[in-house]
Amino acid sequence: MTHDPALDTFVNESAELLSSVEALLLRCESGAADPEIVNELFRAFHTIKGSAGLFGLDPIVKFTHVVESVLDQTRAGRGPISAAAAAILLECSDHIGSLIRKATTGSGDSGALQPAGDDLLERLTAETGFKVTAGKSAAPQTPGAGPGAVVAAGEKCWHISVRFNEGVLKNGMDPLSFIRYLGTLGSIDGLQLVDDALPPLEQFDPECCYVGFEINLKTAADKTRIEAAFEFVRDDCNLTILPQEAPMVDFVQLIRDLPEADGRLGDLLIRCGSLTEKQLDECLALQARLADGGGEAPPIGQLLVENGFVKSDVVDAAIQKQSDARSSKLARAKEGPTIRVDGGKLDQLIDWIGELIIAGAATGAAARQAGLPVLLESAQQMARIVGEIRDQALKLRMVQIGTTFSRFRRVVRDVSRETGKNISLQINGAETELDRTLVEGITDPLTHLVRNAIDHGIESPEIRRERGKPAVGMVRLNAYHDAGSVVIEVSDDGGGLKRSRILAKAIERGIVAAGEPLTDEQINAFIFEPGFSTAAEVTNLSGRGVGMDVVKRNITSLRGTVEVHSEEGQGTRVCIRLPLTLAIIDGFQVGVGDSQFIIPLGLVEECVEITPSVEFSQAAASGHMSLHGSVLPLIQLGHMFEIRQKAVRRQSVVVVRSGGKRLGIVVDELLGELQAVIKPMSKLFSQLRGIGGSSVLGSGKVALILDVPGLLDHSLELQRAVGDPRRPSVNHNFNAA
Amino acid sequence: MALQTSLRAVPVRDREDNDKYLTFALGREHFALNILCVREILEYEAPTDVPMMPNFVRGIVNLRGAVLPVIDLAVRFGRAASAPTKKTCIVIIETQANGEPQVFGTVVDSVSEVLEIPAAEIEAVPDFGMSLRTDFVQGVGKVNNKFVVILNVDAALSMDEMTSLVTRTAH
Repeated sequence: MTHDPALDTFVNESAELLSSVEALLLRCESGAADPEIVNELFRAFHTIKGSAGLFGLDPIVKFTHVVESVLDQTRAGRGPISAAAAAILLECSDHIGSLIRKATTGSGDSGALQPAGDDLLERLTAETGFKVTAGKSAAPQTPGAGPGAVVAAGEKCWHISVRFNEGVLKNGMDPLSFIRYLGTLGSIDGLQLVDDALPPLEQFDPECCYVGFEINLKTAADKTRIEAAFEFVRDDCNLTILPQEAPMVDFVQLIRDLPEADGRLGDLLIRCGSLTEKQLDECLALQARLADGGGEAPPIGQLLVENGFVKSDVVDAAIQKQSDARSSKLARAKEGPTIRVDGGKLDQLIDWIGELIIAGAATGAAARQAGLPVLLESAQQMARIVGEIRDQALKLRMVQIGTTFSRFRRVVRDVSRETGKNISLQINGAETELDRTLVEGITDPLTHLVRNAIDHGIESPEIRRERGKPAVGMVRLNAYHDAGSVVIEVSDDGGGLKRSRILAKAIERGIVAAGEPLTDEQINAFIFEPGFSTAAEVTNLSGRGVGMDVVKRNITSLRGTVEVHSEEGQGTRVCIRLPLTLAIIDGFQVGVGDSQFIIPLGLVEECVEITPSVEFSQAAASGHMSLHGSVLPLIQLGHMFEIRQKAVRRQSVVVVRSGGKRLGIVVDELLGELQAVIKPMSKLFSQLRGIGGSSVLGSGKVALILDVPGLLDHSLELQRAVGDPRRPSVNHNFNAA
Repeated sequence: MALQTSLRAVPVRDREDNDKYLTFALGREHFALNILCVREILEYEAPTDVPMMPNFVRGIVNLRGAVLPVIDLAVRFGRAASAPTKKTCIVIIETQANGEPQVFGTVVDSVSEVLEIPAAEIEAVPDFGMSLRTDFVQGVGKVNNKFVVILNVDAALSMDEMTSLVTRTAH
């Protein structure tokens, strides 16, 4: 299939519509009876059908049409959608999703999906009790019926006259697709091309549309439905739709309104089969009489009413349509004026801003060196503006996590059905924003954690009753900002981790020695060891090759951390901490020997200058110092990284905090704040501990960014080693200090 | 199989360049590598140290906004590292690993010249008598009755092998 950007738009829009459909249906399933839901569902399916028709994707149009009709009748009946019907509609929306994938990737034919689709529709109509093929508002699905088919009950002949404006092609609309779509409503019995507007060849612009059509359509659809076929070009064409039995005066009006010569048009109408010759004669006579009257012809609306053409259902439909338009306009107003931007372009913009920041830092350094006050001032001014631009650009790429969270309503529903548990999902902090690139990376780990919570965490209804818990299990998704990072929590009120079993397994696997003093958190952390699972935890999930170690690896690759809090019998809370962005951070630059390092500024709590003294060197050797009356674990960066250090007069301790833990990092020099553009490091360094990435300084030199959570882990290990004489050295460099 | 053969028969890049080799020195030894793997040659500038790395990793450099690892080829080949001089260069090399391009900087003592060595003048790797791991060698070229060792950079700078060495050192 050729690559068509318009088709991409269709796929994206449909995906969005289907996900909103999913959210609405899940609300129906949980008993919401707002009539506006049905309206919104109808509109969503209708739009998908309409767009699919434009691309000639018949299987989608056909399937969606039935779904739409059922909803239309539900809407007319003013009844809510039952939970059972919503469940089937959910499957229908999935089916439409797979039809779209099938049709747009061009992989195989959609015929394979047909039986499943037919089955779904049968269940849908059986459940709702609505007949789709009968009734006035629903069109029979006879796209295969050729012209000349007998007029079935409820079918009517219509005359459609359409002239496209010149700009139609430029707006991305193909007149042919509208005709094709009309064909799905019924059968086109006559079609005449009106090419009178074609200019002479030398004035012909191949990007302009000069054609119109006179069409004779046989369909059971009503006027609004036919009109809806032209929804996308409504402002870009001149459209008249007349029932064949319409009074002559309407045809007169039509002939008069159109630019072509009257006789020529009449001829077309006859050839189209919409008028007989006799009718045309009458018509022209009528026109002459009206013209003789000298006055203006009565307005078309008045004529319509006078001739008894306007029926009550048409008026109803028109009113309905107006209210539809009003409510969707309201919804749009709430969203505010937004534009769609290709994510790749944003990424590029941010890359360039990163380069701009580095170049700006170089300019700043050069200005300082030159010592010209004017230059210095303008360099500072520029740096300030560049900082603003950076913040704005990063904000552009921020998205609310709510969209990701609400996707889990479906996951929870499906998994709880699979496992036979009754689960409700509670979402907090849906408006919390984080970088788009991070959202993509956390969806998989979150899915795994949510499934885990339901599958392993929450007990069966029987056990819950025994333990005196409410029968409905609770899974919570929570997000909030905390000290320059985003925290996402997945918690459940289930059985919690069985620490004794985890510890036994860890000892059995030789991860830890028996009798070692461990905190609850340290024991919990064993579940992130590769291939770690206690026998009781093995269920259908463990065979899928995705374990908690993969969850941890995914999160670590996003420069994030994950930890587990659990109370046996009360539940488990998994806490994921992610940086706000992966692109540019505010950093704090420090020097050790000749090397320079960057610490993420958001994690820095304070800096303490220390004068060398016997007490301090003793404190440093033991890995602790006393600060504000409490014990602060220390890491000597120079020793840990084996950096050759000159004797310095005084050192500094940078106090950092992450995940509720504090750590002092001993450095030689404090070099101040900077904007650090994070550069990915080669795969070669993927296992490097304590280093989270690199950044290019204004001088063109590369500085390493410290991975504070990694250093914290390292210091914990040191403490364990120091406190345990049987393991004298985890890091010999440190103890040698 | 048929696909591979045809790919080899029609290289994507310009065929005319295919028998041109860059020769360079490591200590007293001379090596050559196909000019198609060479992206550019930079004047030596001390790379940024990366802690806890094996000796063959000299650190990282900034190449117009991209951060690249720098490998000391002499150390990688089991020779002693030499102190940088005026002639020391960083050769930026692109290798292929699992179908993905990888870019490295490599420290060499000096670059000599670009030679044309027709395929007919290249002999297979001898089974013995090499002072270098045979899988690092693509062949031995004869130039003016002298022999020059042509490197197989994909093997000599294998990302997988070096990563596992780095991991062992870092832990």
